[in-house]
Amino acid sequence: MNPRWHPYGDRGLLLEVADTETVVAATDALRALAQVEELVVDLVPAARTVLLVARPGVDPRRLRELLPPPDALVADRPANRAGGGDGPGSADEVEIPVTYDGPDLDEVGELTGLGPAGVVAAHTGGVWRVAFCGFAPGFGYLVGGDPRLEVPRHETPRQRVPVGAVGLAGTFSGVYPRSSPGGWQLIGRTDLVLWDVDRQPPALLAPGTSVRFVDVAGASR
Amino acid sequence: MNASALLVRECAGQVLVQDAGRAGLAALGVGSSGAADRASYRLANRLLGNADGAAVLEVVLGGLEVEARGVCWVCVTGAPTPLWVDGRAEPTGAVLALRPGQRLRLGIPANGVRSYLGVRGGFAVTPVLGSAARDTLAELGPPPVQAADVLVLADRVEGPLLVEAVPPTTFADPVVLGVVPGPRDDWFTDPDVLVRETWSVESHSDRVGIRLSGAPPLERRAPEVQLSSEATLRGAIQVPPRGHPVVLGADHPVTGGYPVIGVVVDRDTDRLAQLRPGETVRFSWVQR
Repeated sequence: MNPRWHPYGDRGLLLEVADTETVVAATDALRALAQVEELVVDLVPAARTVLLVARPGVDPRRLRELLPPPDALVADRPANRAGGGDGPGSADEVEIPVTYDGPDLDEVGELTGLGPAGVVAAHTGGVWRVAFCGFAPGFGYLVGGDPRLEVPRHETPRQRVPVGAVGLAGTFSGVYPRSSPGGWQLIGRTDLVLWDVDRQPPALLAPGTSVRFVDVAGASR
Repeated sequence: MNASALLVRECAGQVLVQDAGRAGLAALGVGSSGAADRASYRLANRLLGNADGAAVLEVVLGGLEVEARGVCWVCVTGAPTPLWVDGRAEPTGAVLALRPGQRLRLGIPANGVRSYLGVRGGFAVTPVLGSAARDTLAELGPPPVQAADVLVLADRVEGPLLVEAVPPTTFADPVVLGVVPGPRDDWFTDPDVLVRETWSVESHSDRVGIRLSGAPPLERRAPEVQLSSEATLRGAIQVPPRGHPVVLGADHPVTGGYPVIGVVVDRDTDRLAQLRPGETVRFSWVQR
């Protein structure tokens, strides 16, 4: 589908695009615009949309006139930069050390046909990117990983997923920033603190952040 | 720091510290939260000569009694709750002096839901992500106020006390809220059901959302089609599968997977926070 604007009350504008990869590109493009910096208080990507919330007193219709047409926001960029230009050590790349001993690692190995070691290799093999946050503060939906890792969510969510659990769902990967119920396939865990309200910024993962998973047992594996 | 404080003697219902909220963090999954009825919140601070953004108490249906430690200037706005200072009736919308040991009691308002108890200087609360607001969904900010809490006053004073009182607000009028259609009005066979019908407020409504029923359900064109989660705002009218709308409030989830048929215009969202269970509400389209 072609990208298009929807109205969102008298303070917002919702950009709808074809898929999550395009959301990442559109978010990058919007963030780079001076008029967004000046007139927008919140820019909130989701799976297929980006919500722009105008600053108080700014009419979103005026904002829309000042922005490039939707096609231009997704046009001149690679659809998905994950695994692309952002090499290791780039400014906003976060490295997440993972112990791959999750309760679903064997099942994911079977579902994907990769086996547990293959799952670890695929998960650590490329750079992921945070497409959007949601579900809980600091929970980033990571895209751009190895497409062979696509797995369904559990039909019945777990009552309690521990903080730091590393999971897969659909084509997404993610890390639970705090203990909560959850239906993702858990392949490992990290000690990294993803969410800390006393830290600036509080979230380690924000939309646009590049992420590389590292197997802490890699040397002995 | 101000040496004065309010000691909570009784706290029957929900009492939360609120301020102007934490804007600009939605992309990290943190909503803005803040006072549910922002106009009443701002009025309290204005009457008290406080800086914008000073912390107040948001009190649901009264049932609060506080005792002054030191001299405290207070003001109650929002739902027109009966007030007593040591048993003497006082009006809302007026700045009142509490001498040390005097007690202020908030009764059950005649209409509306939420009253705002402000103090000159505001309450001293350690901010979380730049705000003292309690987000009941994300569980951010100070925990709900309880009996025996000591609420220390801050010194966020900006101007002189405005001695004039303002007329009490009432929330008894028929409620008609303006709604901008979309983004997902075209998902429904007849979106005008929203504005044709009179809706009643369900009892399990709170700061997260006002649940409505009492009218024919809003039917989807293609009930089997799922919406990918998208960002939401205060005032967004989500329609879950059973067809009865939920209007999102101050502590709404940052994203949601139910289609939003329309969004209540910003200035009308304050009125939502004063709707009582059983009250009725109507909507009218605001074309944009």
